Amino acid sequence: MTAVAPVATTPGGSTPKKGGAAGRPSAAAWLVAVPFLAFVGTFLVYPTVLVLFGAFQDSNGAFTLDNLTTLFTGVVFDAFVRSIELSALTALIGAVFGALLTWAIAVGNPDGMLRRVVVAGSGVLAQFGGVPLAFAFLATVGFEGLVTKFLRDNVGIDLFAGSAWLFDLPGLTLVYTFFQIPLMVIVFLPALDGLRPQWREANASLGGTSWTYWRHVGGPILTPPFLGALLLLFANAFSAYATAAALVSQGSPIVPLQIRGFLTGEVVLGQENLGKALGLGMVVVVSIAMGVNVLLQKRVAKWVR
Amino acid sequence: MGSLVKQRVLRTIILLVLGVYFVLPLIAMAEFSTRGREGSRSLESWTSIVDDDGLMEALVNSLLLSVTSAVLMLVLLVPTMAWIRLRLPQLQRLVEFLCLLPLAIPAIVLVVGMAPLYAWVNYFLGDSPLTLTFAYTVLVLPFAYRAVDAGLSAIDLKTLAEAARSLGASWFTVLWKVVVPNIRVALIGASLLSVALVLGEFTIASLLNFDTLQVQVNLLGKRNAGVSIAVSLLCLIFAFVLLFALSYVGQRRRQTVVEE
Repeated sequence: MTAVAPVATTPGGSTPKKGGAAGRPSAAAWLVAVPFLAFVGTFLVYPTVLVLFGAFQDSNGAFTLDNLTTLFTGVVFDAFVRSIELSALTALIGAVFGALLTWAIAVGNPDGMLRRVVVAGSGVLAQFGGVPLAFAFLATVGFEGLVTKFLRDNVGIDLFAGSAWLFDLPGLTLVYTFFQIPLMVIVFLPALDGLRPQWREANASLGGTSWTYWRHVGGPILTPPFLGALLLLFANAFSAYATAAALVSQGSPIVPLQIRGFLTGEVVLGQENLGKALGLGMVVVVSIAMGVNVLLQKRVAKWVR
Repeated sequence: MGSLVKQRVLRTIILLVLGVYFVLPLIAMAEFSTRGREGSRSLESWTSIVDDDGLMEALVNSLLLSVTSAVLMLVLLVPTMAWIRLRLPQLQRLVEFLCLLPLAIPAIVLVVGMAPLYAWVNYFLGDSPLTLTFAYTVLVLPFAYRAVDAGLSAIDLKTLAEAARSLGASWFTVLWKVVVPNIRVALIGASLLSVALVLGEFTIASLLNFDTLQVQVNLLGKRNAGVSIAVSLLCLIFAFVLLFALSYVGQRRRQTVVEE
């Protein structure tokens, strides 16, 4: 059929060398990788390069640093600050409550229904929430939401007395916890599962208390994965777009929404490539978070071994 | 023991508080989407899901996309990854890097670079929403890569391939009759993940102006919140069922490994 089948192995059934490359692969062997590389080159590398290089070009394609210097001024800079604040705050909330929830299901039956439901539900909210999450919030604490109406009619509290907070940063913070806590569960559960019951027993048989266990055993072991998860949650919130876009239709308080503005035509003449500079800025922030995470895990891997 | 009681109490409190926190919006969605006139209950929002032509069309688009993206992902990834393990280990690092790259590039950034690219795609292939297959295959790469990689690591690919080759099988036969059946659980997992991801995707579709499920739900919400909320609840439940099923797929594999 279509798959290239270069019979490069020596005839007569002699086995290729074990491990690593079977000698130098023939030119034909490389052909098999071509479709994948061509596809990824076109639809991943090319758009990425377009953004990263475009950030350094003016509208005529000449080299400039103006787009990048604009990042540090005015509304754009404010959006970056707000995005980072929002991501850091929700990462912290998500990590703390997520870790508690993870602990609560990790000490239970590993094949139990509770754990299954929490893990599957976490997967849904963490990775596929998007637009539905925004509507979940309109139904709950929107102007006519269940909780809003209940508080207004029965308790006499008007949730929107101060401002339309749901459609601004406080609302985004609240909504983001709904995918940050679940993401923490998914990322942190393997670490908690790695705590061996024998360590706890050893601690108890040596006369240790719950406190000494967490202070001297559980805590130190879980700190690196906890910090790693914190960074991942930060990058996750920083990259998130769908929920915010569905919730906030006016104004662009955070960077992803600013980029939406550039894509949907609210562009000032001569700043066509500012959107790409914003993209570059986002990639840099996310890469720093991911990079620190990788360094952290490397150190841990060395230490654990 | 005192500490055990304390642990049980603490656990119950955490589960109760967070349980309410997460279930309340779901209840609110069910309540909101069944509101009728003047405080009565009505299923109007739910029945009008089917009557909304735009919504149904978008749903069909999204379902087709979830299939085409999963197929393209499998076709690109499985032969390449198997081949790299067998014959081209030099490419291992590069392919891993490329597959995980989308994790470092937010979809909102990727779409900035894809907008000019899609001008060309639509020029050559027409402006069918199905052209989103390319973008979505990129988005699912990290998840699919991990699933397929785990599957391939769990089998002795080299020995299996050598055995098949020494019996005269072509490389295509090795792939189709030896590799695929042996890692089918991983392939099912990768496919389910990509289906769920595609059905929930909003960023790229909306900014490239394609009509998919999430784009319609968002649009609809501007005039009829009830229907959008009903569909959103359906999406969440559907994704939950998919992932819940996935947790059993993984378990069956664990058990068979233990039996062997």
